[in-house]
Amino acid sequence: MEIVLAIVIGGLFGAVLERIGATDPNWIGRMLNLTNIHLMKTILVAIGTASILMFGGQMLGLVEVGNMSVKAIHVGVLLGGAILGIGWAVSGFCPGTGVCAAATGRLDAWFFVAGGLVGAGAYALTYPFWEQIGFLKGDKWTIGAIPGADYPAALPNLPFTGDMLGIGIGAAFILIAIILPRRLVGHKAPAGERGAEPAE
Amino acid sequence: MVLNWKIGGPLLGLVFFLAVLLVKPIGVSTQFVVADGILWDRQVPDIITQAADGGWTSSNAYLAKYADEIANPVNYNFIFVAAMMGGALLSSLVFGRISLRERMLPDLWRANFSAGWIGRWVIAFFGGMLVLYGARMAGGCTSGHMMSGMMQTAVSGYIFAFGAFLTAFPTARVLLKKEG
Repeated sequence: MEIVLAIVIGGLFGAVLERIGATDPNWIGRMLNLTNIHLMKTILVAIGTASILMFGGQMLGLVEVGNMSVKAIHVGVLLGGAILGIGWAVSGFCPGTGVCAAATGRLDAWFFVAGGLVGAGAYALTYPFWEQIGFLKGDKWTIGAIPGADYPAALPNLPFTGDMLGIGIGAAFILIAIILPRRLVGHKAPAGERGAEPAE
Repeated sequence: MVLNWKIGGPLLGLVFFLAVLLVKPIGVSTQFVVADGILWDRQVPDIITQAADGGWTSSNAYLAKYADEIANPVNYNFIFVAAMMGGALLSSLVFGRISLRERMLPDLWRANFSAGWIGRWVIAFFGGMLVLYGARMAGGCTSGHMMSGMMQTAVSGYIFAFGAFLTAFPTARVLLKKEG
């Protein structure tokens, strides 16, 4: 059963990533050089939608709180994120979009995946060092206290639950996506779409 | 042409919601380690070994964390990434193929670098090394930390996004000056 779900959800995820342009390095590049952040608007709306549905479902008891999986905070999150950011801008791929782009026949994406295998292997070899200097130690914090989960809350004394906070933040993400202009630098039209918004 | 954000955003959000409703939040970068472990074990057969309790382990401390998945690749996480590739391929075939010119060298990189497609491949390889080294150090990537993390109000997701954009924006502003 789990394998069937992996095929269905994974297949949907790959197809949607391809349709929104996330597997196209040009759209990633235009987002990161701020000449057209269309993809960022898509991602902000996606995070907001998923957050509202998940926390709303948890409040109604329809979504299993135990399915949540929050990752730990440590120095490696910030440093690793910064290292990833450089490679992201240089290549125009991240791990998920890279393997999907490779599948769509982009040859440069296969080189990205090969480089990724080398990078992950290099990390496996150097992991004891980061572990030893304490860069990987930390707890799994959420912003508010989520009922039914035992993650420590960064803001434990809010007048509302972590669920409600999650819905509020989700709505804020969608609002930011609506407000943000597609081009953040210069006065030209957003890059790569001849002025008009993508529509289909 | 890509889907407008007003349609693409809710669709992508729905997929992330479905994942946490039915199984668990989406993540990808761990599977690079699993793939590494499988390839590694083919070259050095003793790297992944079965422990006395039946579980799997490795002489490499990092691979040991994922030894069970490396020994049994037909599991949810690994099949998920394989299915992603299938979904993306099908979508690109149905909704419009990508030109060979673009598949060899994306337009934006063609406009900004004069190194041709071999240069692009070197850049992509080097970028891949940085992305996966960083993702494994952070414990997740754009999917697992940024999207799954922030949707769950995980503080780590925000720290990761801050770190990633802190370097990605300036790097892209410097390297990708011309608009493809």
